[in-house]
Parts: sequence; structure tokens; C-alpha cells
Amino acid sequence: MDIFVQQIINGLVLGSVYALVALGYTMVYGILELINFAHGEVTMIGAMVSLTVISALVGAGVDLPGVVIVLFGLLAAILVCMGVGFTIERLAYRPLRNAPRLAPLITAIGVSIVLQNIAMLIWGRQYISFPPILPQGRHQILGAMITDVQIAILVISVLLMLGLTLLVKKSRLGRAMRATAQSPQIAGLMGVNANTVISLTFILGSALAAVAGVMVSAYYGLAHYYMGFLLGLKAFSAAVLGGIGNLTGAVLGGLLLGVIESLGAGYIGDLTGGVLGSNYQDVFAFFILILVLLFRPSGLLGERVGERA
Amino acid sequence: MSLLEIQHLSVSYGNIQAVRSIDMALQEGERVCLIGANGAGKTTLLKAIAGMLPITHGSIHFGGHAITRLASYQIVHLGLALVPEGRGIFSRLSVQENLAMGAYIRRDKAAVQHETNEIYQRFPRLGERRNQPAGQLSGGEQQMLAIGRALLSRPRLLLLDEPSMGLAPMMVKTIFETIHDIAKRGVSVLLVEQNARLALATCERGLVMESGALTLQGASATLAQDAAIQKSYFGE
Repeated sequence: MDIFVQQIINGLVLGSVYALVALGYTMVYGILELINFAHGEVTMIGAMVSLTVISALVGAGVDLPGVVIVLFGLLAAILVCMGVGFTIERLAYRPLRNAPRLAPLITAIGVSIVLQNIAMLIWGRQYISFPPILPQGRHQILGAMITDVQIAILVISVLLMLGLTLLVKKSRLGRAMRATAQSPQIAGLMGVNANTVISLTFILGSALAAVAGVMVSAYYGLAHYYMGFLLGLKAFSAAVLGGIGNLTGAVLGGLLLGVIESLGAGYIGDLTGGVLGSNYQDVFAFFILILVLLFRPSGLLGERVGERA
Repeated sequence: MSLLEIQHLSVSYGNIQAVRSIDMALQEGERVCLIGANGAGKTTLLKAIAGMLPITHGSIHFGGHAITRLASYQIVHLGLALVPEGRGIFSRLSVQENLAMGAYIRRDKAAVQHETNEIYQRFPRLGERRNQPAGQLSGGEQQMLAIGRALLSRPRLLLLDEPSMGLAPMMVKTIFETIHDIAKRGVSVLLVEQNARLALATCERGLVMESGALTLQGASATLAQDAAIQKSYFGE
């Protein structure tokens, strides 16, 4: 088996999940210049809700194909996460809209801890496993192996990213979002209710996070109340890597981070003569983040558009 | 009833009172200019009318509606548009998208398309550059875009804040010709302008603002003959 190709495939799958989460960070940042640190926890809640629904359906012996059961779980996760995203913005961030920048940032960290603890109270501290109801097919490609779940993750991610890009670039709502990102006051003069646009941005980002959460738990077969922390941190890194505020950047950053992490995990043992094992894979994300911030503080596609007065 | 009616309006920034108990009215179809020195509170007054600033005291009625407590995104639905100081175009959006934002409140796509084409005919430079980011336009082109964008909301009253600021004389001429045409189509205009001579020549009536209060108002012709105004604002 070709290890290099295999690691690239694994990396792209992982990276597309990062990218979906990173899009949520970057959309909110683009409009509010706020790092919504609670976004990782929204992903976790998506995973937890979907697993609850899926387990309940499986436990009740519902006679439906596994894929359909997972779709029900996914739908529930999306709806709950949309509600959570909307509520977070409404309760925690909106009252601080005109406060100094540090206040909403610290609040975001607070929200993140609150959500973790709520999840712990509801679902407990133990790992929850994903029922083995999805197709387990494996396919040969370029000397490597790709599973049905991996293919599904890649396809769904690409579709969602294309859909989001179309929405932001072409639709009336997307135009209003971009206008609000640039100047909420002027957008207001055009008839745009900035609060509505901001709420919709959180709802949209949270829906993507929900999908990502379901994907991660389906991929690793596990979910845990603390899973949102590292996932969120990596997705945030991906957003910064690509240039925060830039949608294409978030996708690029996510994919890049996934691939780098995967290649790093695959080769670190050989590179260090076995001193460091693949459990060091998380180091790479942050190592790359530090490098990018050193040499390109605005990220790979960071916006530096000239504006004439 | 007047199209715009302002009573005892005061606006403060913290402890500083930028607009002090202003009373004014503007009739349907009227062109009124507001002149005054830098910092007299002209921009603050326009922003307050358009719903961009909280009002401390007093009331504003527009077209029979109390708009004192309304936000700008609600006021635009009633037919009031502001072309803000510094033009306020969305520099990262294309020219076309900026115009589309102007028509944000409208659903009659065909008419919007028609009016957009009219704007391109009037300002060919905008048409040529419709797919470019608006930030790449020159100052004068941006001003045209800002005016065109405001017109696409189909306002009954257009507030213009310093449309000639920083523009070359030729461009100023074009902009003021446009303002004339807009007024001819029945849109009322409230114009804030540093160039008092030009402002009075464009409008039927003038208001003079000093330290947040209206100190003088009257027909433009009368004001233009006023010795104090000539001394303070014409630089004579």
C-alpha cells in the first residue's frame, strides 16, 4: 500500500472537516471581528445530538437503512446547533456588541466552558460510540484505501462549500452579509438589518459545524463532551492559516492543515528515528500556525485590498 | 403637512451636544441646503434624520410617520435615503453589487434592472467598470456610485452629505447637474455642502448652522445677498 497517497487521502478527509468548522469561524470573524471560541463546542453538540438520536433509533429497533438513520441524526444535529448558535449570539455576544474587543473574546471562552459542562451533565464524561450502521465498504485508489465514510465526508464537504460560496457570492443574503462585514452602518442605510444578518451568519456557521460534528464522530466512531476543544482550536488555526475572514482561505487552510497533520503523523516516526510517535500529530497544526503567523501574519489569502479614499 | 418635520431636535455624543434644539421643515419637492463651518453639526443632523444616531430630545416626522426612534434600515423603507459623507461605498463589492445593495429593499427586479441601466447610461464609467471592486473607482466615480445607489431605493427625500468633497471642479459640475436632474424628477433634496455659493445656487432655500443650532434660514437668493454669509462662507 502506498503510504504517501494514503496519508494524503486521510488528510483531505480530516481537512475537509476542519474546513467546514473553519468556515464558521471565518464567517463570524468577517462580520464581527470576533473569534467565536465556542464554535468548536457547537461541533461537539452536533456530534452528541446526532449520536443520541441515532442510538435511540437503533435502540428502538427502527427498520431503516443505516444511512437514513444517520441522516435523521444529522438533521436533528443541524436544527439543534442552529438554535445553539443563534442563542449564543443573542445572549452572549449581542449585549457586548459595542464593548471593548477583549470582553466578547473572554465571553466566548466562557460560553465554550459552559457548553462543555452542559454537555457533560447531559451526556456524561464517557466516550459515546457511533453505532456501526454505516456501510463499511473499502475501495482501492492509487494504491491506497478509501472507505465509504471517507468518500461521503469528502463529497458532502465539497457540496456544502460550493453551496456556501454560491450563497455568499451570488445571493441577496450573501451580498448583505458582505456589505455588513464592510460597514454595518452603511448596510443599514440600504435597509439591511445588521442583527438579522449576524444571527443568520451564526445559524449558518452552526449548521456547518453540526455536519462537521457528525462527520468526525462517524469517522472516528466516537464522541465526547471535550472533543470540540481541540477540533475547534485546529479549525481556528486553519482559518488563520488561510487568512481569517476569507472563505476560500478557510477551505484552503483546513485542507492544508489536514494533509500536513496526516503526513506528519505518518512520517514523524521515521523522521525522528522512532523517538516521536504518531500521537504527536497535533503538534503539526500549531507548528504550522506559528510559522505562518511569523512570515505571513494575514494568512495565506489574507485580505489586503487597496482602498482609495 | 411637510415631508420632513423636525421639532426641538437635540443629539449628543456623550457630554457634547452636537445638535441643539433644531426646528425645521422641508416640503415635498423642495431643495434645501444646509451650510455651516466644519464641526457645526451638519453631518450629525443628517445622520440623526437617517436613523444612524440616537436622538436625545425632540422628534422627527417623515411623510407623516414618526421616525424619531426608528433605525436606518427601517427608515429607508419609508423613502428616505442618505448619501453619507465620504461616500460610504462598499469598496470590496463590485460596482454592480453596490447598486444592487441600493435596491436591497425592492423586489421588482425588472424595474431595478431598468434603473440600473439608466445609471450606467448617465455615468458610463460605472457601466464600464460594473464588475470591478468599487474601491478601485476614482473619488468622483465613487460619488456617482453612491448617488446612484441611493436613488435605487426610490427615495422621496435624498440627503446628500458633502457630495463635492475632495473632487475636481469638472466632477463637481457633473455631480451638481445630477442633483438638479434628481430634483426635477420630484425627489426632495436636503444638501449639506461646504461650498456655500454652489449650495445656494442649487437649492431654493438655505439653512445656516452654527455650533449645533440653526442661526439663519431663508430663500437662497436672500441668503446669497446677506453680508454676514458672504463674509463667513463665500470667503469675500
